[in-house]
Amino acid sequence: MAKITMREAISQALWEEMERDPDVFILGEEVGVWGGSYAVTKGFYDHFGGERVRDTPISEAAIIGAAIGSAMTGLRPVAELMTINFAFSAMDHIVNEAAKLHYMFGGQFILPLVIRTVGGGGRQLGATHSQSPDAIFAHFPGLKVVAPGTAQDAKGLLKSAIRSNDPVLFIEHATLYQVRGEVPEGDFTIPIGQSKVQREGRDVTIVTYSKMLETSTKAADELAKEGIQVEIVDLRSLRPLDMEPAIESFKKTNRAVIVEEGWRSFGVGAEVESRLYEAAFDYADAPIQRVAQKEVPLPYNRNLEQLALPQVEDVIQAVKEVL
Amino acid sequence: MEKKETLKLYYQMVLIRRMEETAAQLYQQGKIGGFLHLYIGQEAVSTGLISARQPQDKVITAYRDHGVAINCGISIKSVIAELLGKATGCSQGRGGSMHMADVSKNFWGGHAIVGAHLPIATGLALTDKYRGSNGVTICMFGDGATNIGYFHEAINLSKVWNLPILWVCENNEYGMGTAVERASAVSEIRQKAEGYCIPNDHVDGMDVLKVRQIALEAIEQVRKGNGPFFLEVNTYRFRGHSMGDPERYRKAEEVKKWQEEDPIGIFHGRIIAEGGATADELEAVEQRAEADLEAAVQFAESSPEPAPETLFDHIYADS
Repeated sequence: MAKITMREAISQALWEEMERDPDVFILGEEVGVWGGSYAVTKGFYDHFGGERVRDTPISEAAIIGAAIGSAMTGLRPVAELMTINFAFSAMDHIVNEAAKLHYMFGGQFILPLVIRTVGGGGRQLGATHSQSPDAIFAHFPGLKVVAPGTAQDAKGLLKSAIRSNDPVLFIEHATLYQVRGEVPEGDFTIPIGQSKVQREGRDVTIVTYSKMLETSTKAADELAKEGIQVEIVDLRSLRPLDMEPAIESFKKTNRAVIVEEGWRSFGVGAEVESRLYEAAFDYADAPIQRVAQKEVPLPYNRNLEQLALPQVEDVIQAVKEVL
Repeated sequence: MEKKETLKLYYQMVLIRRMEETAAQLYQQGKIGGFLHLYIGQEAVSTGLISARQPQDKVITAYRDHGVAINCGISIKSVIAELLGKATGCSQGRGGSMHMADVSKNFWGGHAIVGAHLPIATGLALTDKYRGSNGVTICMFGDGATNIGYFHEAINLSKVWNLPILWVCENNEYGMGTAVERASAVSEIRQKAEGYCIPNDHVDGMDVLKVRQIALEAIEQVRKGNGPFFLEVNTYRFRGHSMGDPERYRKAEEVKKWQEEDPIGIFHGRIIAEGGATADELEAVEQRAEADLEAAVQFAESSPEPAPETLFDHIYADS
């Protein structure tokens, strides 16, 4: 298997799907001539042309609206929102239109659209450009929400998202693009809505996803030096949410920590913790712990920003709390 | 225009008027829930407009959609059934008054968030452009929708991408209870299209034949690949914004003055004056509309409710 970056993995998935299906096209700000603000679609415009790699005005609602309308009538748009923070400008179209139209009109048409976007903090972009509002989007039935933490998952899940007949919000993480991972060559897909045990261990379960998979893995490496074996369950999709691997792991270890980058209140951790208790309350040997972003608008100053974001040390501490 | 076509337009308008009057009664009887926005007074707009489209042309509109649904060819039975929330409704009882659609008739909905369907319309049109087919997307909306950002994003994009869209603003003078001049910096809405270099025109929306004529010309312009066209249709709703409207924002005399411009009355007079049909023939049309409506209400009332086990159907298309 080749070791490639997550950027390359995502780019490969897009390229291969566009080669495979002429109905797949890309639209968004700076996706074409510029090559993508995170360089994911570099070279696409020259190869596929401006009809299939469509630069748009700075009009988030129109980008998602156009994606919805073209998906309703048979195309497979991949709309790019430059960051998830800009998704708020298209909130109505994502949660009030894309998530509802199939149901509300009795299944008369499908909405095979993908919204690729970029979330996460840690790059000193300040409060408006650093958020992880994933839980908000996962709140809405009708939408699928995917957030991969490895290059392999990114490629396989994006291909599934493009082939899905439902609207999928595909959340990439700004600080994972350069991270390398082993990715199989050629065509493969990973089903949406399947969590995965990314690391096996007997002592404690960490449930996490996206960037926090990396943070949790570093914590697990440290804890291993002390003889603590951490099992890491990567959610990969927030909706549909596959709890089975997490519940199975929790039944085995009887201790769990949930790690997310977003704020704790009403977050992914709150949902996962609640479901673990509902399914396996009797298995708990300690109260489940949550690691999350501190509840402030993320500051610009590097030290303050890092203080607010969940760190490896926070995860280690939470694990020790439940042991 | 051929007599058959004239009588069809007259039938459509009368059917919509009677349907809406009946819907108001059914609402008062508690058989229709939620919000109900009646099209009474505006019948000539979508009747004239949609009579000018070809089968490959898509229609999308806002929440005042019953009449548009009828004009797109959805049966009166499935419209009334949808109002009653029945399984036989065009949206299987999941949409209600504001969310009717039948894509087999190229009617892409009834959308209830003001202005939100305009960006979606650009996508409908993009598919035709992408595939090189010659369909035109007809997107209808009210004057109130032209003050929200979606409107500006969508019509700008339609021009930038040269999309085959006919934008149709049904200017009925009020966005809910706020008069156009109290909400819009320009009271002639088409000036907004002018600002985006989109060719535009306006027409008296109480005259079905004028609407039809201008729509025929506008649709052909768009079909030729000239990009979007913007049509402002001046009209008036005779009833409140919805059933719960105290109508404190307009005077009874104003409504009365407009009612003298009744689009059905105008059309009736014109048909007789031009010898298009006799008064007896028009009365026969009215009776046919009445009978069709009665049968539809009966059908809807006797239709089954959606089965409880279908609650979760159609959330996702993937199995």
